Order: sequence, then C-alpha cells, then structure tokens
Amino acid sequence: MTFEPADRVDQVPPSGIRRFFELAEEMDDIISLGVGEPDFSAPWAAREAAIASLEQGKTSYTANRGKRELRELIAADVDRRYDLDYDPDEEILVTAGASEGLDLAFRALLNPGDAVAVAQPCYVSYVPGVTFAGGEVIDVPTRAADEFKLTYEVLEASGAAEAEALVYCYPNNPTGATMTEDELREVAEFAREHDLIVFADEIYSELSYEHDHTSIATLPGMRERTVVFNGFSKAYAMTGMRLGYAMAPPEAITAMNRVHQYTMLSAPTTAQHAAIEALQTCGDEVVDMREQYDRRRQFVLSRFEEMGLECFPASGAFYAFPECPWDDANEFAEALLEEERVAVVPGTAFGEGGDGHLRISYATGLGDLKEAMARLESFLE
Amino acid sequence: MDDRGEILALLRENARYTTEDMARQTGLDEDEVEAAIEELEAEGVVRGYQAVVDWDALDEDEERVRATVELNVTLDRETNYVDIADRIAKFPQVRSLRLVSGDYDFDLEVEGDSMQEVSHFVSDKIAVIPEITQTVTHYVMDSYKEQGIEFGDGDDDDRLSVSP
Repeated sequence: MTFEPADRVDQVPPSGIRRFFELAEEMDDIISLGVGEPDFSAPWAAREAAIASLEQGKTSYTANRGKRELRELIAADVDRRYDLDYDPDEEILVTAGASEGLDLAFRALLNPGDAVAVAQPCYVSYVPGVTFAGGEVIDVPTRAADEFKLTYEVLEASGAAEAEALVYCYPNNPTGATMTEDELREVAEFAREHDLIVFADEIYSELSYEHDHTSIATLPGMRERTVVFNGFSKAYAMTGMRLGYAMAPPEAITAMNRVHQYTMLSAPTTAQHAAIEALQTCGDEVVDMREQYDRRRQFVLSRFEEMGLECFPASGAFYAFPECPWDDANEFAEALLEEERVAVVPGTAFGEGGDGHLRISYATGLGDLKEAMARLESFLE
Repeated sequence: MDDRGEILALLRENARYTTEDMARQTGLDEDEVEAAIEELEAEGVVRGYQAVVDWDALDEDEERVRATVELNVTLDRETNYVDIADRIAKFPQVRSLRLVSGDYDFDLEVEGDSMQEVSHFVSDKIAVIPEITQTVTHYVMDSYKEQGIEFGDGDDDDRLSVSP
C-alpha cells in the first residue's frame, strides 16, 4: 500500500510562490520584495495583552465562534469603520486567519460541482480552496487597462453569470488595486442580477490610500448575499497570531461554524486576547503604519516611473504590480534574484491575468526599498 | 505631531537619513527640512549627532568599560546643584550627567578603557569633590537597548523571504 494524494489534491499544482521561496532561501543577503506580510511587529499593547493572558493561564478553548467580548468589539468596529451592522451572536465567526474563514465558506456553502467565479490575479489560496471544496473555478481575469478592477463587462465576458458565487479581494493582493463605492456598485448589480453569493476578502481594508474603503455588503441588496472576511494580520501586523473573522447572515455563519467546530474548534485563545486589546487601544498604530506604507508606495511608484517601468497607480494593500519588461516574468524574477539579490514574485504565481507582471511588496523599510530600487534600476540597464 | 516633531522623530530614529529621505517621509520639501533642522540646531534643541555603539560587538581590546554612578551631595549656602554639575560635566570621562529624584541626587555615566580606570576616576576626581557625600558605582555588564535601539543578533527580519 502507498499513499496517493486524493484526486482533488492532485488537481492543485504546487504554489508558484513556493518555488521562489526555495530559490530565495538558498541565497544570502537578499532584499526581499516578495513578502506578503507587514514588516512591523504587532502593537506592543496587543503583544502585552497576549503575554498577560498567558501569565494568567488563559490557555483553554474559547467558544467555537470566538470570545463574545471580541465578537462584540468586532461588531462595533466594523459598524464604525464601514457602516456594517452585524449581530455578534449570530453573524460573526472568529477564525484562524481570514484564510480559514474562506476555506470554511467554500466547504460549508458550496456543493461539489458548484461553479465559483474567481477574480484574478488573486491571492494564491482561492483557486485551491474552491477545488478542495469540490467546486469548479471560473476565471475572471481583471486587466491592467482597468487598473485590475472588476467590471460588469469583465464579469459578463468571463461567464461568471453561470457561477453560484464570486470571490474577490479588494484592496487586492497581488495588484494593489482598490475599488471605489461606485465601481463596486457594478459588481453588486451583476451579483444581484445573476443571484450570486459574494465572498468578499477585505483583509486589506485598512490599507486603502486614495479613498475610504467600501464594503460591498453595505450596498443595496448585498448584505444578505455576502460573506465578508477580515482579520488582524494586515492592519495590526499580527500575521503570526492567525486571527481573522467572517461576517454574514446567520444561516451562512451557522453552516461555517459547523465545519469550524469540527476542524479548528476555536481560534487561538492567546491571539483573541491580543485582538481584544488591539481593537480597544491600537488605532493610532494602525494609522501610523498606514502612513508609512503610503510613503513607501509613493516612493516605489515614483522610482518605477524614473526607470520607465510601467505600473498602474496601485492604491491599496502593500503591493505594486508593474509590467514585466521581459516576455517571461519567471525568467526575469529568477535573473533579478540571481544577479542583484532582489526577490520579487512573478505575477503568474497569482493566476490568470497575472502573466507579464511582477508583484513587488513594499512592506519593507525605506532603506532596503531604496537599495532594492537601485539594484532593480541597474538590472534594467 | 507637527513638522518639527516629525523631523526630530526621524533624526532620533536615524540621524544619517538624508534630507531627501526625510522630505519623502514627512511630505515636506527638502528646503523646508533643511531649514527646520538648522532651526532646531540653532535653538539648541538638537545638541549633536552620535552613533549608537554596541561595545560588546567590538574585539576585546577595543571594548570600553562603562558604569553608572549614583552621587549623593550635600548643598551649602554657596553651592547649588548647577555648580556641582558644571564641575563634574567638564571631565571627558563623563558621558552623561543628570539630576534625578529619589534616593540619590545625580546619575552619572562614566566611560573608560578598564574597570580600574573608571574606579580611579570616580575615587580620584569625583569622590573628592567636597559636597559629594557618597558614590555608588554600577558597572555595565551587558547592554540590551541603547537610545531606543535594541541590541539583538542584527537579524531582525525573520519573515519568510517570499510569502503569499
């Protein structure tokens, strides 16, 4: 007898990021612009709350849905920030990162064979997540010409009307694109007309630099058909704490919680204590981090312009997605890594529509960014 | 924080930031940054620029010995704290000198090539000052943070070099 991966696992190729990770790990002295997480540490008050919770022996499971105090604070926070009203008892589920929330939604709300439209290029987990849940992916390629925004036309042309659900992420990883309220109205109209569920990954909602973030769930007729995912990883630099949440009508959260209670049981307790503190006292740190990302964004975009690297004005998350000057972005990224010791990720790692681009993360200090841009410039010459 | 406050924060973070770096980070023009720094220097707000040194990272023969010394003084009608401070601050061995509240009066930081040199300095030059009634010397054994900078192994970024 030998172990064979299940068919649905076999269908999923290894992550394109993994390859670059392995290449980069073999080298010393690289400056990495390939990192999809903040370079800040979680605010000290949040870390201290986590430490205190451990000192006090708060190491048991919490309620499946997460500590009630945390759910209440989340409800109050999203109401204040995004004008979203969710019941902490029935409509909020605390998860081990937004990634777990998405996986739960795919498994709890999709039936085998259900088609799911995935706006691409996208975070590396969406397509595998849908596949693991037995769903079929419909690629919805967003275009550089549209600044990687979803439009009614793009949705229609891709055949998304046949799907049961639509998955997207704005502000977007890997492109750094955002959607304004008016632009989201088109997506909402499409979803309503074709009766789509929307899985809206808003993990980067705090990192929108040109305009305030709008959640699609606030638009008419959308709250009842949307699952919103968010968390503490990006805004509060708490990636390693693995804490996210999902918000949706009670029937969706109940189904997701049924999967959650048999797999994760409850999100990490220590992280929940940190998150409670983060929501209560760490707003200033979030603002400060956002300001620093914005300065780096403007620096990176201005340097691209100086070196003639085409890039749309990315306005969210901490990524820029310039066009690759070579035909093959994989070759370019490999050569840049080998010759200049700068790690970037080829857009192909993020699926359809990512081809011909590079994901550049500016979640790194200005000093390193400056040096990396100088090396990139000399490489291009 | 106002513009001057932001510039001060940046200078304290890294005094070697160029005016171009600081202009980008504050959103000011380079000229405005330069003018603000000149103003801060002229007003005596910024008194100097120094490197933050981890002496333990140097070879043994280059290491410096440091100590903090608690000083107690007794004042008389003719002498006040400033008089005593002026006298002590002039010694090049003195790195910092502060009047503090609590169990002792002055907090003195001294630097030398050896423990012997530091202790001779304290006994020969400081303890002999008539108003000084007591000195307690604490040698620095190890330093974990200086002027806001943590002394680790220098490899802070242990994030995966490529991640989703």
